[in-house]
Amino acid sequence: MKNLVAIPVLILTFILQTAIFSRINLLAGAADLALLVLVSWALQEQVRSAWHWAGLAALMAAFLSGLPPYVYLLSYLMAVALARFLLRQVWQMPLLALFTVIFFSTLLSNLVSYLALWVTGVNIPLEDALAQVILPALFLNLLFILPVHSLLRDLARWVYPQEAL
Amino acid sequence: MKDFFQTTILFLVVAGILALALSGSLGFLSSGLNNVLVTAQTWVSVRFTAVQEFITVPRNVTELRQQVAGLETENARLQALVVQLQNQVADTQALAALVKFSRTTPENAYTAASVIGRDPSPFLRYIIIDKGSNDGLRRGMPVVTDQGLVGRVDAVISSAARVQLITDPGSAVNIRLEKAGKEAVLTGTVSGDLTLELVPQDVALETGDVVLTSGLGGGYPTDLIVGQILSVRKRDADLFQQAYVQPVVDFSQLKIVLIITDFRPVDISPLLP
Repeated sequence: MKNLVAIPVLILTFILQTAIFSRINLLAGAADLALLVLVSWALQEQVRSAWHWAGLAALMAAFLSGLPPYVYLLSYLMAVALARFLLRQVWQMPLLALFTVIFFSTLLSNLVSYLALWVTGVNIPLEDALAQVILPALFLNLLFILPVHSLLRDLARWVYPQEAL
Repeated sequence: MKDFFQTTILFLVVAGILALALSGSLGFLSSGLNNVLVTAQTWVSVRFTAVQEFITVPRNVTELRQQVAGLETENARLQALVVQLQNQVADTQALAALVKFSRTTPENAYTAASVIGRDPSPFLRYIIIDKGSNDGLRRGMPVVTDQGLVGRVDAVISSAARVQLITDPGSAVNIRLEKAGKEAVLTGTVSGDLTLELVPQDVALETGDVVLTSGLGGGYPTDLIVGQILSVRKRDADLFQQAYVQPVVDFSQLKIVLIITDFRPVDISPLLP
């Protein structure tokens, strides 16, 4: 039953993403709120449902976005894998793990999107993609990760109270 | 007789004093007296005013504070009302412009929809609207505003639809240059700009030339305004020249759009080699 909390949280996440965060642009880049939520959730030690969250988020994103569905599945699974891996490696430095994961997962996510568009015949110059989308999106993700992480940490403590003790 | 003399002397003394006072000979005395009187008057007046305020003003302050609180509440309510009405005016103006546009082009049937979101991916330029298949929307229907072409419906569910904007990097619109009378392909970019591709070198592209849909390919109706040529890049070494187009629609401010519901796009993909 604890895993069901993912449904309202991710629905709210995508409502906020499409209605607000996709309109807050830096050049053409925008923050990926779902990615921030997934990474923050996966970096909570007591959480056991990060993979389910990634799958559900990918399903929702694929429903909303014009990108091929596998893009989000790959991006979110890679982000969760990276977060769970780093959680075991640098568990004593959560902030370092947080920023490292969001840095690399943003780059990976955007790279997968870029490649998927390239495969479907949409050719975007790489320098344009970097300057207009990827780097601004990276900056915004790094900017928004701390408040999102704080909220998700509180949510994790509420959902898994015994494990938190 | 004695009293008469005493009274007369008294009057004479008083008259003398008055005469001296009127002549200014007693100025030092009168000014000193005046100062004492004024000081005393001031002291009494100040104390009286203080006592009066002590008795009456607290009640007035309470009343005033209540009035200020009430006015502040009313002011806040009115300000919220002003913002609400300004939004309604903006929406009404947008709707009026769309109605006017639909009346000027009665050959098409339109459905109005509000923009409720944007694509989560920053690589794509899609919007989400609040009308879907229940309202007669189908994939491929063109989307416009009173200003010009917006894009076309890319995916539909029962109560919402996703629209690919013409600024999307994957978008390609067959257009016609009004002045030059030539046709070309308009593509979107990741930065949201519009570029004209595949324009032969011999075509005279001019800044300000109006760009309209050509209808080729069956994806869009003909003669929808798209924008104007902003700048031209022409190099002798290239096979084609390129131009940047300024769209007539402000895509960052899209709130309400019109879907042309009686247009059936033609799928020519089976004919392509």
